[in-house]
Amino acid sequence: MSVTSVEPRSTSAPTGSRLELAGVSRWYGNVVAVNDVSMSLGPGVTGLLGPNGAGKTTLLHMMAGFLAPSRGAVTLDGAPTWRNPEAYRRLGLVSEREAVHTFLTAYEFVLASARMHQLPDPAEAAHRAIALVELEGAQSRRIGTYSKGMRQRARVAAALVHDPQVLLLDEPFNGMDPRQRLHMMDLLHRLGGAGRTILFSSHILEEVEQLSGTVQVMVAGRLAASGDFRTIRRLMTNRPHVFAVRSTDDRALAVALMAEPSVTGVELGQAGLTVRVSDYGAFTRVLPKVAPARGIRVRQLVPEDESLESVFSYLVEA
Amino acid sequence: MSTVSWITARGLLGRRRFLLLFPLPVLLVLLAVLSRSLGVDPGEWGPPVLVGLGLAVVLPVIALIVGTGVLGAEIDDGTVVHILTKPLPRWQIVLPKLAVAAGVTAVTVAVPLYVAGVLASSVRVGLALAAAASIGALAYCAFFLALSLVTRRPVLLGLVYVLIWEGLLGNFVSGTKVLSIQQYVIALADRFAPTELLATDVSVPVAAVMSTLIAVGFTALAVDRLRSFSVAGETS
Repeated sequence: MSVTSVEPRSTSAPTGSRLELAGVSRWYGNVVAVNDVSMSLGPGVTGLLGPNGAGKTTLLHMMAGFLAPSRGAVTLDGAPTWRNPEAYRRLGLVSEREAVHTFLTAYEFVLASARMHQLPDPAEAAHRAIALVELEGAQSRRIGTYSKGMRQRARVAAALVHDPQVLLLDEPFNGMDPRQRLHMMDLLHRLGGAGRTILFSSHILEEVEQLSGTVQVMVAGRLAASGDFRTIRRLMTNRPHVFAVRSTDDRALAVALMAEPSVTGVELGQAGLTVRVSDYGAFTRVLPKVAPARGIRVRQLVPEDESLESVFSYLVEA
Repeated sequence: MSTVSWITARGLLGRRRFLLLFPLPVLLVLLAVLSRSLGVDPGEWGPPVLVGLGLAVVLPVIALIVGTGVLGAEIDDGTVVHILTKPLPRWQIVLPKLAVAAGVTAVTVAVPLYVAGVLASSVRVGLALAAAASIGALAYCAFFLALSLVTRRPVLLGLVYVLIWEGLLGNFVSGTKVLSIQQYVIALADRFAPTELLATDVSVPVAAVMSTLIAVGFTALAVDRLRSFSVAGETS
């Protein structure tokens, strides 16, 4: 398995914390969840992308000091995060699990966080954090009455109350409606722009695309690619694609398609054509021209390998 | 009051589980009142009600519910992460939680034991039972709190200790009494107010030293385990 390494788009600011992972592995019995991952996260927004089960949560837990690496080291500005509560002065975590003290109001919840951080003015910090996630209108209601998206915002406010240098978020957009999603993306953008180190995990390509310039791609516990999202995206879109096509005259269409440079192979079967293409965009532009020109009507066009897993496995092989 | 104890108390008293605490103490008082009003000899109803029910069941069971609840419930529902992601030395999390647990247990158990002690004998015996039960509450809660950090089934293991070790083996194998918080409580209560209603083979120095060792030792264990607290390994 090779690692596609691409230079990250520069978002560096002169100051800010750096989270380093050096040869980090984590196994449970004989199951390896994270396998020899090294990365260095600096200021800006970084997406941790990977299919479910890739080890993203395990990696985040190790970064946040909630899991000891079986091998390797996780350090924040040189100090280990494991068994080191002092690290939380510079680190904030929003875990995936929707766990909140439902018997508290959002204000009480965030205020409690501010107090436990021993901030000089906990009330002011709590108000500021709640304003940051736009939860002022509901701050006096018990969290138990909140929607999933609102709970998530309350948790983000609590994680931001001490203005951490590093913020780790595990699948932060789960359960959010589109407006809340946009708002959260904007917030993370601003934090990243202000020199904070933001890492969020996601299994949804589009989320990562919209939010971050730099990505770390995990597949089956390994770091499969890291660097600028656009370069990785190009790799992903330029990979060979397979389409299932049915038309009024499959044989004639096969002949016509073979003449196109974007098509690398055509197979004629009982259920229609299986078309292999090297350029997704070019093929989808060519087909609507080629077929009508020969009096052929396309009845069905289905991309066959669009699952995220297939995209990731291609990346690993690239 | 620290923020940790405030959240702990809100969490404990705000959950329905808290209602589980009341039936046993109420039963204890009711039995004592009934026995007294029927004119039964305290020598006959005192030991089964005060020791058999009060010290052998009410105290450990209430301590089990509360002691495993103050941290164990937060571990179960994941809210413990909010407290752990703070730059607090872990003893500043364990001690407030233990204080809340021992305090709530002591109040819930000491009051009915005091009432039953007064009805069975005298105010002095009532006070002695209440004081000894409060010490027992601290030892039990330290033990159960630590259990909630070393196992995923703290309630089950706690019940095994209370029912099998203290309840069953204590009657047949006298050596087990040396490691029985219940016996320490009886010994200490009997020392505070000597009465024929309370009897144990454990000496007062052993009871005092062992209660202290258990409270301190399991608290230290809990602090150490919390330092290395791992979030359950779900990979996604």
